[in-house]
Amino acid sequence: MDNNKSWIDQRFPLTKVWNEHLAEYYTPRNFNFWYFFGSLAMLVLVMQIVTGIFLTMHFKPDAANAFASVEYIMRDVDWGWLIRYLHSTGASAFFIVIYLHMYRGLLYGSYKAPRELIWILGMVLYIALMAEAFMGYVLPWGQMSYWGAQVIISLFGSVPFIGPDLLVWILGDYAVGDPALNRFFSLHVIALPLILVVLVFLHIVALHTVGSNNPDGVEIKKNKDKDGIPKDGIPFHPYYSVKDIVGVVVFLMIFSAVVFFAPAMNGYFLEHANFVEANPLKTPDHIAPLWYLTPFYSVLRAIPPMFGSQFPGVVGMFAALLILLALPWLDRSKVKSIRYRSWPYKVALGIFVVSFIILGWLGMQPVTPVNALLARIFTAAYFGFFILMPWFTSIGKTKEVPARVTEK
Amino acid sequence: MSGQEIDLKKRRFLTNATSVVGAVGVGFVAWPFLSSWMPSARAKAAGAPVDVDISKLESGQLVRVLWRKKPVWIFRRDAATLSDLKTLDSELTDPNNQEDQQPAYAKNTHRSIKAEVAVIVGVCTHLGCSPTYRPELGAADLGGDAWKGGFYCPCHGSKFDLAGRVYAGAPAPTNLIVPPYHFVSDSLIRIGIDPKAS
Repeated sequence: MDNNKSWIDQRFPLTKVWNEHLAEYYTPRNFNFWYFFGSLAMLVLVMQIVTGIFLTMHFKPDAANAFASVEYIMRDVDWGWLIRYLHSTGASAFFIVIYLHMYRGLLYGSYKAPRELIWILGMVLYIALMAEAFMGYVLPWGQMSYWGAQVIISLFGSVPFIGPDLLVWILGDYAVGDPALNRFFSLHVIALPLILVVLVFLHIVALHTVGSNNPDGVEIKKNKDKDGIPKDGIPFHPYYSVKDIVGVVVFLMIFSAVVFFAPAMNGYFLEHANFVEANPLKTPDHIAPLWYLTPFYSVLRAIPPMFGSQFPGVVGMFAALLILLALPWLDRSKVKSIRYRSWPYKVALGIFVVSFIILGWLGMQPVTPVNALLARIFTAAYFGFFILMPWFTSIGKTKEVPARVTEK
Repeated sequence: MSGQEIDLKKRRFLTNATSVVGAVGVGFVAWPFLSSWMPSARAKAAGAPVDVDISKLESGQLVRVLWRKKPVWIFRRDAATLSDLKTLDSELTDPNNQEDQQPAYAKNTHRSIKAEVAVIVGVCTHLGCSPTYRPELGAADLGGDAWKGGFYCPCHGSKFDLAGRVYAGAPAPTNLIVPPYHFVSDSLIRIGIDPKAS
């Protein structure tokens, strides 16, 4: 065995990589509940890739056959229904896990120096994941697939000057149809998954270069013993690999319950209108994107057209997404963790989370004058969190950060 | 070679020149891939005109046909509807069709060649949904008594009157598009070709 290992090690850094990233990767000993979601996101990514490979074997990326081929998977392919429900539930689970993972970053200031690049790579991942999910939702070619694609792609048509040509270029036609479905399929199964995997790799390389943050926001590398090992660090493997398995088991229990008993989640994971085949003549009476995109959809709807163009709304929607990239530089606070932050930050974070959830809820509702007003108020609150951040993170009294991590 | 000085300036020039030529090459190679996303010859050929027989179209009735893969509405309006149109001007964004959303021969109050027959592309000018036909007068969910019939977009709540003109305050910035069309005979409309060209 040892002979084999050294044979490999002379040709490939197997032991070195194992030690650097698992057995001798020192992780703060005070991780809590919020630290499950990074590894869960990786689990869901693998699950989506595996189920996706098998769905691709039966799916037909053709406007005339796509809807029927999904029904075929559901009814005629042995266990096809399970593979598809794992994939469709996996999409929503991915976003639940990612939103909790991002919230953890906000709670403990994990985006602050020296972890800005981890945050930025993570945000690019998030945007790529949204594109991946959107294109995946178009593939079954139901009413929501079709009209969702119509609305989202029309956003590009509102770009000044080049908009209409850009729209035709994206669609490969003068309306949403077979060429769009076919190229979305290609992007969904090849281009974006490759990008996602590469970005996850970079995200982890960047993380393992600077080391993990923790609920106290204390840099464990500042306190090392005589062997150069952080005093508050424990090897990732076996300590956190075992802890993460507990998270995986609990996650899979909840996940399986949804897959087997409520795969459509009452229209939240698979919308009712998507059980009807795409019809270019008739928009469903109520259309909304899937829940994970609705906060940004609300921002889009909240901003009225200006100068005879809906482009400002589109700019607002993308700004809501891109402003997250600036977070590491907007936060002026000296402390990372919410445990030691001043009260203005705690209040602002609370308002931000409530705004995000309400925007998400509004994005699923029909437009009424009251809803439109609410969407504007909470859009302002959403942007206010970022624009005012340099101010509210520099006022108020912060608590003293301990030198070592605590056992809270 | 030994003893010769390394000319860093020359080396840098060669590195830059190679990079620039390489970038130009990448640009040329990218072109076929990017153009492959444009509509194919088959997609371009599919934009043929569409004929619609309106001899059986009742007053208030609306039919939908696909023209260039977009829904086109053909509907018949009665005299009361046409007179209602004139009363709505103050509530509309562009009551007099200043924006170029219709051919010159439809730039009138009823936005059509024949006043009673409307031909409109059923694609919301906001984000491309197809608005719902709501001809009933005074619909409670659309403003009650003020509602003179029209179209309601379920996606973002834009409202249009029965000439496809957008109500002010809606997300849609402009009136619905009137496609080029002409009457081949009294009961046959050809969508896609202007009257003169026929």
